[in-house]
Amino acid sequence: MPRFLSARPDSRLIPLPWQIPLEDWPTEHLVALPRGISRHVVRFIKVGNSVYAAKEVIETSAVHEYRMLQELTRMDTPSVEPLAVITKRIGLDGEPLDPVLVTRHLEFSLPYRALFSKGVRAETVSRLLDAMVVLLARLHLIGFLWLDVSLSNILFRRDAGEFAAYLVDAETAEMHETLTAGQREHDLTIATTNLYGEFCDLEAGRLLDESLDPLTLVESILSRYRDLWNELTAAEEFSGAELHRIENRVRRLNALGFDVAELDITTAADGSTVRIQPKVVDAGHHTRRLLRLTGLDVEENQARRLLNDLDTYRFHTGQQDLDEPLVAHQWLTRCFEAVVTAVPADLRGKREPAQLFHEVLDYRWYQSQRENREVPLVEATWGYINDVLRTLPDEVITDTIKPGDDDQRRLANPYDPSQGFLDDDEEAPFDPWEDVPSDEEEEESLPASGYLDMRALRGRAAGTP
Amino acid sequence: MATVSFRDATRVYPGGDHPAVDKLNLDIADGEFIVLVGPSGCGKSTSLRMLAGLEEVNAGAILIGDRNVTELPPKDRDIAMVFQNYALYPHMTVGDNMGFALKMANVPKAERDARVMEAAHLLGLESFLNRKPKALSGGQRQRVAMGRAIVRSPQVFLMDEPLSNLDAKLRVSTRTQIAALQTRLGVTTVYVTHDQVEAMTMGDRVAVMKDGILQQCDSPLALYDSQNNLFVAGFIGSPAMNLIKGKVNANGVEVGDWTVPVPREILAKAPGETDLTIGIRPEDFELGDHGIAVEVAVVEELGADAYTYGTLAGLSDDEKLNAPQIVARLTGRTPPKRGTTVRFAAGEGHKLHVFSNKSGARLS
Repeated sequence: MPRFLSARPDSRLIPLPWQIPLEDWPTEHLVALPRGISRHVVRFIKVGNSVYAAKEVIETSAVHEYRMLQELTRMDTPSVEPLAVITKRIGLDGEPLDPVLVTRHLEFSLPYRALFSKGVRAETVSRLLDAMVVLLARLHLIGFLWLDVSLSNILFRRDAGEFAAYLVDAETAEMHETLTAGQREHDLTIATTNLYGEFCDLEAGRLLDESLDPLTLVESILSRYRDLWNELTAAEEFSGAELHRIENRVRRLNALGFDVAELDITTAADGSTVRIQPKVVDAGHHTRRLLRLTGLDVEENQARRLLNDLDTYRFHTGQQDLDEPLVAHQWLTRCFEAVVTAVPADLRGKREPAQLFHEVLDYRWYQSQRENREVPLVEATWGYINDVLRTLPDEVITDTIKPGDDDQRRLANPYDPSQGFLDDDEEAPFDPWEDVPSDEEEEESLPASGYLDMRALRGRAAGTP
Repeated sequence: MATVSFRDATRVYPGGDHPAVDKLNLDIADGEFIVLVGPSGCGKSTSLRMLAGLEEVNAGAILIGDRNVTELPPKDRDIAMVFQNYALYPHMTVGDNMGFALKMANVPKAERDARVMEAAHLLGLESFLNRKPKALSGGQRQRVAMGRAIVRSPQVFLMDEPLSNLDAKLRVSTRTQIAALQTRLGVTTVYVTHDQVEAMTMGDRVAVMKDGILQQCDSPLALYDSQNNLFVAGFIGSPAMNLIKGKVNANGVEVGDWTVPVPREILAKAPGETDLTIGIRPEDFELGDHGIAVEVAVVEELGADAYTYGTLAGLSDDEKLNAPQIVARLTGRTPPKRGTTVRFAAGEGHKLHVFSNKSGARLS
């Protein structure tokens, strides 16, 4: 009988065919969504109206990853949410099967393979890399050593004009009190190597926009990360006459989306110099402020945009003297909700509400510029819905893969991009390590791990096989 | 190719009350395959990561060849961590999957191709070089991953529990392959595992650690035959060595109604100790008319051998619960029946290990 380890159990998981290896699951339970490549069997599974990701992996890894993801969720770091680990699976032949880790599919997420293809613009790529670097820095700030940084292990979500990156795979990860410079450098080396490999792979599969060069792409990661890390953690020293620089630093960090929870300030005995160093910084400066004011939980840059609109609204309505939360509530019902509820139900899967609001604001700005007048929000909303939203693809769940996608080449298995294209098929060549028949006997007699065969060891030491 | 030396290398975690690695001294020869082994938290992985540059060295030094690398960032140490992550890229050929990191490092194409070809030859993957990795077996994928590290031709390979996420069968075959490859490549290798069987079957030498302190570093045979202390005696061997406490008398150590003879000069090494521990490997027991009396609880026949599990004879049921299990591996005779009491000859003419209970040190 399979066992379910879960903090928030979903009973609909129980009747699924756990006795079948994930690779062979009937397609009625599966959804073919674009995703990264994986060394394990990974499938998207349908459970009622929800889509979950399922990964078959050995027990220690599954439980470890479940705990790591739980920890990240608890610390409010962007990652997929773990749902359950299913262990003690027995196949139809009576043989044990590896456990399955189930995570919630991140709605409105865009895997990198969907983002780097189809005439992607250089600025978009730059934003994706920025999002990845912010995620890595946030993980490093809380002592999380990833050890498998790669695009395949990241999902992106639209975040106003930027992107927000989410961690998807924590199998190799470790939680430390703090990270050393060496550990962070190691993660960066892994990141650049993996990303280079992934870009080369896209290039080899004719899936990378021709204007992009893998080497140039990855070279910028290092400088982006170091700049951000410096701003977040480096000490700064200045003369006692320049105390405004303390405020400046805090503002710069806020602008990057971080709050300073602890700033270490030391002054020379004579007051001539001041040294400041952020000790604790928390991501989500704007997200938290918006949440406090309106109860909306959105991405950082979306929150920044919404807060700007809230400020503009307060100014326009002449309510600067009124309590901010009161104005915020007004703005929420009159502006935000008015826009969101105007969208016909059948179009709601195209953008999530905060992103939609951001795009309506953009639309209004352009229309106002064009027509040289202040376009009302309601009018802009209808214009946006009809001119833009209707033409967009659904993104609640990114397009399912159809035969003939990927430049007319068919995936060998639509549920698993790791297996490449159909037309790569050829007969397997001879493998001197695996195809030698005499090896079979030897393999039979291989001692199971856990048993120490001293006779063999002594024999080997004495030079007899 | 290079030697590796730890010189009083110490790592103390911030807030930790004792060092995670305490004055580690270890000289690894050029081309040697050394395995660090020990229970969780013993400092084996921290030691490897100090060598890799991932953990700070708070005191002491680490040398690769005659270069002091203690303060160098990881990428300047000319080491390769193997197996950290080995996603295979489906649209790239096996050759490109092995060599892409060289391309990123701007290694010229001719040299890249030569290194990839050489690695493929070593790994038996030549006829796969121009193919996509899609149809590769689990073992072949492992070999491509090894190829990625090999083409970088580093001075030292570092492997941190590389087999831990493989299933049992692949683990056994991959460990054989890694050991064979290392011998052929002759690149100094430091390998970390918690599995003593893996350590003993792979390493030229095995370094056993506990609580941040190196307990013993020796060839697998020396480690098996002559342990420095009680910890190593109990850790190395599967099934483990029988470690039995007994009172000291003029002729040896009393175990039940039998005195295991121990030479005077050995007893004299622990003056004032009234109790000592004797250690006997399961295969060093032999059924006899005289010896340690053991009540057999379980008999397990495995081919030509039989394992018996029991406790000292004459114990009450309550005492049996807390008594150490005595395991014997008997060859070429009809094994005793379950529930019977037998005697195992021990001492004169039989291999015996004697340890101090006070210091844990070996006396024999």
